Amino acid sequence: MYLSSSWFGKTIYDSFYNAIVPDKRYLAYIEGLKVTLLISFFAIILGILIGVIVAILKVTATNYKMKWLSKICNIYINVIRGTPLMVQLLIIYNLIFTSRNTNELLVGAVCFGINSGAYVAEIIRSGIESIDRGQMEAGRSLGLNYVTTMRLIILPQAVRNILPALGNEFITLIKETSVASVIAITDLTKAAQYIGSRTWDILPPLIIVALFYLILVMGLSKLLSVFERRMAKSDRS
Amino acid sequence: MIEVKNLKKAFGDHLVLDGIDETIAKGEKVVVIGPSGSGKSTFLRCLNLLEEPSDGEIWFEGNKITDKVVNINQIRQKMGMVFQQFNLFPHLTVLENITLAPTKLGIMTKEEANEKAMELLAKIGLTEKASSYPGKLSGGQKQRIAIIRALAMNPAVMLFDEPTSALDPEMVGEVLELMTSLAEDGLTMVVVTHEMGFAKKVATRVLFMDEGKIVEQNTPVEFFDNPKHPRLQEFLSKVL
Repeated sequence: MYLSSSWFGKTIYDSFYNAIVPDKRYLAYIEGLKVTLLISFFAIILGILIGVIVAILKVTATNYKMKWLSKICNIYINVIRGTPLMVQLLIIYNLIFTSRNTNELLVGAVCFGINSGAYVAEIIRSGIESIDRGQMEAGRSLGLNYVTTMRLIILPQAVRNILPALGNEFITLIKETSVASVIAITDLTKAAQYIGSRTWDILPPLIIVALFYLILVMGLSKLLSVFERRMAKSDRS
Repeated sequence: MIEVKNLKKAFGDHLVLDGIDETIAKGEKVVVIGPSGSGKSTFLRCLNLLEEPSDGEIWFEGNKITDKVVNINQIRQKMGMVFQQFNLFPHLTVLENITLAPTKLGIMTKEEANEKAMELLAKIGLTEKASSYPGKLSGGQKQRIAIIRALAMNPAVMLFDEPTSALDPEMVGEVLELMTSLAEDGLTMVVVTHEMGFAKKVATRVLFMDEGKIVEQNTPVEFFDNPKHPRLQEFLSKVL
């Protein structure tokens, strides 16, 4: 034990101090956090939208025996789930947005949204299929049309069943946005790398952003569990 | 009111309904009985097109509802249906269960629907359950609420698909009692059931189905006391 604990403590303190305070480096984290939150938020919204639509199309296609429709849905789901997210990100970035003044943030949000949509679609489909057939029949027998019955009777019950799985998907999404840096988006992870390259000490900024992610995810989990409890108020016997 | 012509329904190669011709007049209480697999539930479910007929015609109040151009949702508003498994909406309160369809379809305002629902709940003595969720109710209560949920639409005819088959024996009585009182009020009813007592007491006509066909039909007295078809004689000797 040649290293005294006070020396050790001071070194750690210094590295973290350097990673945060000089040149207002903390601003870089805040900016990165904003970008991560923005991408996650819009990707989640887009993912839910795509997911609900694809899931309903797929279920409807099965109910009404429209083979071509379920084929299209399956191609989308298989391609997205069968290829790495980073590759999708690079392809979309280089394929569509090749002009100089590309809005990388938009590309990121759209790409993550399309990606998440495939997973959300499968989760929602399983949720819809978990609801007893009698519920649709009861709705239809009262004169409600297919879409209204889906919206007012099937989906609310399906969502309650799949909330935990949906929460997992959103948590995964938030963490996966960390690969956004490959298309020159300065998100939280990129901010850490940037600061590390300035201080020649990559570990402290990485630990700092890891904490940011952890807090984000724990916040989201908390939010979801509150939501779950509220939805469970009409628990079945 | 309902006219069925040469109705056929096949699931794959299996012919469940094999050419049914039947006319149900306003005010009639028709009870359909028969062994399991005879097609009686499928027949009932074809009447409001929950099952799509493979062949034949169904007419309701002068409309050929098997025609693709007919808006089946509008037809169904006039044909209430009660299921074996109740099928109440578990995420909605009892009151919301009853008022959902009338309000969403623009038939009643929220106030009118609530008033009507409370009136119906009072009739079955369950007003205090208005804000409960279905999960908290007994089977008999659930089925009686399912019945008034259908009634809230002011249907011209009510279809009952084995309404007491999923109930504990002690709860069958309260459901049959409600159905009897509806019959006495003059409602047109088509009931698929195994409750022979109900058929005897309430029916104006009893149909016996076997292997996708109506093999015998008669007034309840004649039907039970003097069955003619050997298949019906055999069936009655087993269930009575």
